[in-house]
Amino acid sequence: MTSPPREILTLLTFAVLVAVPCAAFTEPASRGQETAVQAAPLSDAELEARVREIASELRCPTCRALSVQDSPSGMAEEMRGLIREQLRAGKTPEEVRAYFLERYGEWILLKPKAEGFNWAVWLLPVVALAGGLVFVMLTARRWVQQGQARAAALTQKGPEEEI
Amino acid sequence: MSWKRILIPAAAIPIIALLAYGLTRDPNLVESPLPGRAAFDFVAPTLDGDTLSLSDLRGKVVVLNFWASWCIACIDEHANFTEAERRYADDDFRMLGVVYQDTPENARRWMQRMGGGWPSVIDASSRIAIDYGVYGVPETYFIDKNGRVAFKQIGPVSWMLLRQKVDSLLAQPTSTELKTGVSGAGALHSSGSQP
Amino acid sequence: MTNTIGYLAIILALFLSLAGAAAAFRAAKTRSSALTLLGRRAAYGVFGLATLSILTMVFALVAHDFSVSYVAQVGSRSTPLFYTVISLWSSLDGSILFWGWILAGYTATVVYIYRDRYRELMPAVTGTLLAVNVFFWLLLAWPANPFQPVFPVPPDGPGPNPLLQNHPFMGLHPPLLYLGYVGMAVPFAFGFASLITGVVGGDWIRAVRRWIMAPWIFLTAGIVAGAWWSYEVLGWGGYWAWDPVENASFLPWLVATAFLHSIMVQERRQTLKTWNILLVIATFLLTLFGTFLTRSGILASVHAFTEGLIGPFFLGFITVVLVVSLALVAWRSDQLRSEPALDSLASRETAFLLNNLLLVAFTFTVLLGTVYPLIAEALRGVKVSVGAPYFNQMSIPIALALIFLTGVGPALPWRRGSPDLLARKFLWPVAVAVLAGLAFWLLDVRHLGAWATLVLAVFAVGLLVGEFWRPAQARRRAHGEGWSRAVLNLTAKNRRRYGGYVVHLGIVVIAVGIALSSTYRREREATLQPGETVVFSGYQIRLDSLYAGREPHREFAEAAFSVARDGRPLARMTPRMNYYPMSTQPIGTPHVRTRPTEDLYLTLMAYARDGSTATVNIIVNPMVVWIWIGGGVVALGALFAISTAAGGAEPTRSRGSSTERQAEPVEAGVGGAER
Repeated sequence: MTSPPREILTLLTFAVLVAVPCAAFTEPASRGQETAVQAAPLSDAELEARVREIASELRCPTCRALSVQDSPSGMAEEMRGLIREQLRAGKTPEEVRAYFLERYGEWILLKPKAEGFNWAVWLLPVVALAGGLVFVMLTARRWVQQGQARAAALTQKGPEEEI
Repeated sequence: MSWKRILIPAAAIPIIALLAYGLTRDPNLVESPLPGRAAFDFVAPTLDGDTLSLSDLRGKVVVLNFWASWCIACIDEHANFTEAERRYADDDFRMLGVVYQDTPENARRWMQRMGGGWPSVIDASSRIAIDYGVYGVPETYFIDKNGRVAFKQIGPVSWMLLRQKVDSLLAQPTSTELKTGVSGAGALHSSGSQP
Repeated sequence: MTNTIGYLAIILALFLSLAGAAAAFRAAKTRSSALTLLGRRAAYGVFGLATLSILTMVFALVAHDFSVSYVAQVGSRSTPLFYTVISLWSSLDGSILFWGWILAGYTATVVYIYRDRYRELMPAVTGTLLAVNVFFWLLLAWPANPFQPVFPVPPDGPGPNPLLQNHPFMGLHPPLLYLGYVGMAVPFAFGFASLITGVVGGDWIRAVRRWIMAPWIFLTAGIVAGAWWSYEVLGWGGYWAWDPVENASFLPWLVATAFLHSIMVQERRQTLKTWNILLVIATFLLTLFGTFLTRSGILASVHAFTEGLIGPFFLGFITVVLVVSLALVAWRSDQLRSEPALDSLASRETAFLLNNLLLVAFTFTVLLGTVYPLIAEALRGVKVSVGAPYFNQMSIPIALALIFLTGVGPALPWRRGSPDLLARKFLWPVAVAVLAGLAFWLLDVRHLGAWATLVLAVFAVGLLVGEFWRPAQARRRAHGEGWSRAVLNLTAKNRRRYGGYVVHLGIVVIAVGIALSSTYRREREATLQPGETVVFSGYQIRLDSLYAGREPHREFAEAAFSVARDGRPLARMTPRMNYYPMSTQPIGTPHVRTRPTEDLYLTLMAYARDGSTATVNIIVNPMVVWIWIGGGVVALGALFAISTAAGGAEPTRSRGSSTERQAEPVEAGVGGAER
């Protein structure tokens, strides 16, 4: 018979396993912004990487579903060129994004800005998952208690018949 | 527990309402942030080989039309622009085309076939289109005498809309008129031999 | 003439399904066998009429009968026969006709297979399925009528959407997807019928399991085939753009997957009844929602068809299904209540609960992201976009947790796992995963997501292999069988279980393919003159020539490249641009060279009219092929799992029979036999 602490431990391990990657994956975005501040001259590879990073978060205006990075359309190509040019001129990624935002509106951002009402789209899934996890943990614990109570009652009555 | 029996189906209401609302919207009409703001200036070569800058047209109502020879809807609206050009010939009004994702030869040929005397600029590397937040063609911007974007039309411009917008913009005074008098009137001719 | 036959068949199908549904629902109440029979016959009749109408349409397409509105819309004399036939589903009205036919087919099949079983339930099942038929045939009779007469008859038509006649995969991907989508109506009908009749528990659950597996396989295959189609056709080197319509096919898949697992808990422990009913309703609703998205033009999408009245019709139907189902659930809530009991948290039941939580949270995330633009527009008045960067960021953690569970779930025994057994099962996989983690890190796999996916994949595969190896080892000892024989006997005895594990392996393979191809994709664009060579990622890519040509239904410009590595010629690749008469923009067709480790993907981006230069986009995509292979493994595993009893006869033994327990050596600590 397993003891309750062990069960909680199992769930905790699981919670950690879910939570750690969750935290880890919000990281790259902010890390990108930090490095962006120091606008030193970029090597070609760095420049291309940064162009790619920005372009993949902008929506291609002519094709609707794809990012500027992924779209083979002429307009997207020009936009990549413009991003490259602006970065080379020393603009920060944040300034480049602002440039497009000013002209196309929020529609151009494939990732809604985490501010104001938009927090809903970022936080609701996390809240739902966390709330669900707590709910499942509590229910499962209650069910185990019920199961143990029932098993105790059965052993008093006679041999287990279920299954 | 009868409240539960009503409450559970009631959960459907917001979802349905949202989808019903969605049905009334056109996902292809994205509101532009530009109206109310100063129109981005540009200097670009025209199809006729001149150079034209938007700021030279300050003081006039400008209808800035993005088009291409491969664009079918552009054919529909072209007659309206020709008509406007004729009707407002004596007013502070300019038609100005921007060729979008097209070769100058194709554009020139199209313009010759379709008629219309207004200039069109060549938008090499689509910088003007990006500046104006263009999604596709045709798209048309109505710029007032002060060089502010007043209105953006996605898709072909109808005669009704064109007349209504241009009339109301022509009726507005320019700020320069009020302060320093007319300044930009002859500016256009300085940049070349425009008809 | 053709119009009359086709439309008459549709109208008759509408009235017959209406009459059949009425009879069947009445039979559900009165238990009248005459009415039950009537309902059943109506189902057969509807299928017959549906077949007649679809054959009429195929005939009209092939005969280029442009007096039929749908043919005038998508037909063209120059389109090759294959694309003419499959243009049946290339546009709105035809795809709904195809849909209706599949629905009628499912209805007739289910009604036939279970004609002598589940007597208290089947009339209501028949009624529900026929009621869904009523909706589709009404749609076809009114706003989506593909048989409208066209006058004057045009001499020729525009042909199908160029994008859809650009690759033979269009013949495969939509039918698979539709078979999956429409099939979800069957489990829904069982769930709905159980709510109506009050037969909420019972062995019909096993029928539902089978009937969600079949469409689940189709849906999985359809999604993978669709991803493959995008990859081969769209020219951007990717396979999944988180487009609203792609999401719409993924959402029911997620919920159906949750249901597949949680239904096992109900089968064994008679719990989670309400939850399972809700899942099965949600699956069906999400298929309707997906159809609504594609057919109403509510969200901008590359795949969407747009049309007037169809959107409101679908919304009306969704409303009816949603409200009535929820009301029924609320009404039956007392009967649905169960007294759940678990023996231990370290059990497969718990793994299933967590799996359901993750899958439902995943569904919620994707759904929220998909409709958020609408929410933002309604409440903020601003149009926003939610695209791949959002979905990737949100789904990677959930996906990783799911990969973790694909291994852990099967390793946990039902009811309770003794610490001893768990230690034995987990020791090696954990050790191997830790070593693999170090190795991958040293091999320069430093992208966190890719690294974590690989490590968890190794861990999951380790656990899954253990699930095959341990019992096979026991068999070898007990029966003196060889390895292959032992595994064969083992799996043959327990197809559902081992088929399921194979599905898990396939999912892990897909996950690895996605993780590596999306993080280690390399790309560059080059403009070349004939004879010029560009070197990228070890490939020497030489432009040989650039030429134009003509095919019956299109013209094309093609660039021929010879690809070599270290001076050794590898392939001749010919990406092209196709020009269809009815399309202003060219449709690019990439050329993909697929190898187990990486794909070389060439797209012709632009070229000079005089043939002096061509611009090519070169993409090197590692491990993409494993996504398609994984998809195949999933489909095969799932087929194996439901092959237990061909013809629909479920094995008569229900809960862990004693014969099986004796036949299969069970390790100490594993409680009860698993099926």
